[in-house]
Amino acid sequence: MLFLIVVLIAYVGMLVLMVGANVLTVSWEDIGNVLRDADIQRSIKLTIVTCTATAIFSVLVAVPLAYLLSRYQFRGRAFIDTILDIPILLPPLIVGLSLLILFNRVSPSTCCWMMAGGLCLAACVGCIWRVKGSGRSMIPRALLFIGGVFAVAAVLIRGSGSLEEVTSGLGLPMTFHPLGIVLAQFPVAAAFAVRTMRTTFDQISPRYEEVAMTLGCHRGQAFTRVVLPLAGKGMVAAGTMAWARSLGEFGPVLIFAGATRGRTEVLATSVFLEINIGNLPGAAAISLLMILLAVAILMLVRFFVGRGGAI
Amino acid sequence: MLEVKDLTVRVGGFKLSDFSLSIDEGECVALMGPSGCGKTTLMEAVCGLRSRGVLSGRIFLGGVDITNLPPGARMIGLVPQDIALFPTLTVREQLEFGPKLHRWDRDEMRDRVEGLASDLGLEQLMERLPKGLSGGEARRVALGRALALRPRLLCLDEALTGLDEARHDEVLQVIREMIEREGVTALHVTHSKREADAIADRVVVMG
Repeated sequence: MLFLIVVLIAYVGMLVLMVGANVLTVSWEDIGNVLRDADIQRSIKLTIVTCTATAIFSVLVAVPLAYLLSRYQFRGRAFIDTILDIPILLPPLIVGLSLLILFNRVSPSTCCWMMAGGLCLAACVGCIWRVKGSGRSMIPRALLFIGGVFAVAAVLIRGSGSLEEVTSGLGLPMTFHPLGIVLAQFPVAAAFAVRTMRTTFDQISPRYEEVAMTLGCHRGQAFTRVVLPLAGKGMVAAGTMAWARSLGEFGPVLIFAGATRGRTEVLATSVFLEINIGNLPGAAAISLLMILLAVAILMLVRFFVGRGGAI
Repeated sequence: MLEVKDLTVRVGGFKLSDFSLSIDEGECVALMGPSGCGKTTLMEAVCGLRSRGVLSGRIFLGGVDITNLPPGARMIGLVPQDIALFPTLTVREQLEFGPKLHRWDRDEMRDRVEGLASDLGLEQLMERLPKGLSGGEARRVALGRALALRPRLLCLDEALTGLDEARHDEVLQVIREMIEREGVTALHVTHSKREADAIADRVVVMG
């Protein structure tokens, strides 16, 4: 018991000391200066907008993916599950660097060829499994079809420059642009949202959908009419988790979107920029602001998840 | 009415092999057997919830082959063991769920739902959510929800499990009355011989 208390005090004490050190470094004047600074005000606005956009996109992606993993048994599910965890495990700088290379060194045609190759390979593996066991034939065929669509697209858009040139041509520049912040925050935030939604759907009995289907629902209706209302709190929890994760995202944002004052500056990069110019109290004041935001978000998550999460 | 012919179903590692069963129109059959013998698997296959697991055999309902029909097209009402009332819907919304999906006429739906509420003694509970219901009340709502569409077959999967003796007998009486009143064919899975004798015209024991 004494050992447990010592560990608890040591760990919680470390966290309190870290926050306390920030508080001791910052005066009310520093906080006032930070909040009056036009660049920091823009940074706060951009942080809130990009984190919110990332959280919304993350939940939109997480809901179907988590439902697929929670409800359907298929070969390769463990593999997909592992792939979805990769953004969490990767060093953040690698996420940013990968995005930078993808958008500036790889053409859309090559992207399509890679997707087509990957899907065809997955379809072949699916077919081999089907022959060996009782896998479903529909999935390999669907993968092959989508792979074929990518192959056709690759041929049609051959030689059209880098992905960045194409997105810029469409009015959606990504690299070193505010939109790129959302893209840089998205992979990790979505991975956390998928985990949260997966837990939510796992907690909802599939029996509800089965009963709904005997009453006339098809699977889609059972999902929208029965499962989705039950998953509401889980969706909020996933969104807040993604929001909080986006708030602290620094490495990918720095590499892919840059840290240009007043343009691609979010709170995490503001701290970095303030330290770079030797303004430690300013950096500490912004850190304190971020801690307050993170604690508020954490309390929101605890409020929803602690009250049952899924139901 | 219901004819199951040489049905083989695989669910996960479990396999129900070459099972046959016949139930006449309006008959109530109790299905008994030891745990793990496949009672629930059979019922789920009849309801269309394990279509992918059906390896061979056919299921006929009213002379129509329903083996490959989706659950919603079979017109089979299900009261599962865990009741599974939709937690976000009131009792009224539970009863209206099926008729609304089938786009019933508003007056017809209202008459049906009010009739069921009266027959099942649910009038005072119509605006309550499932979490505010007792075990017996929840089972009566689940029965009403399953009967709302006037199904051709009513499947009850150990629907009385977990009730105390007084509630058990009360709900059993309600089920028996409703089956007779609605004239519906019923398949009742149970572990209790007493329950089977009390409700069923015939008892089938799975080995």
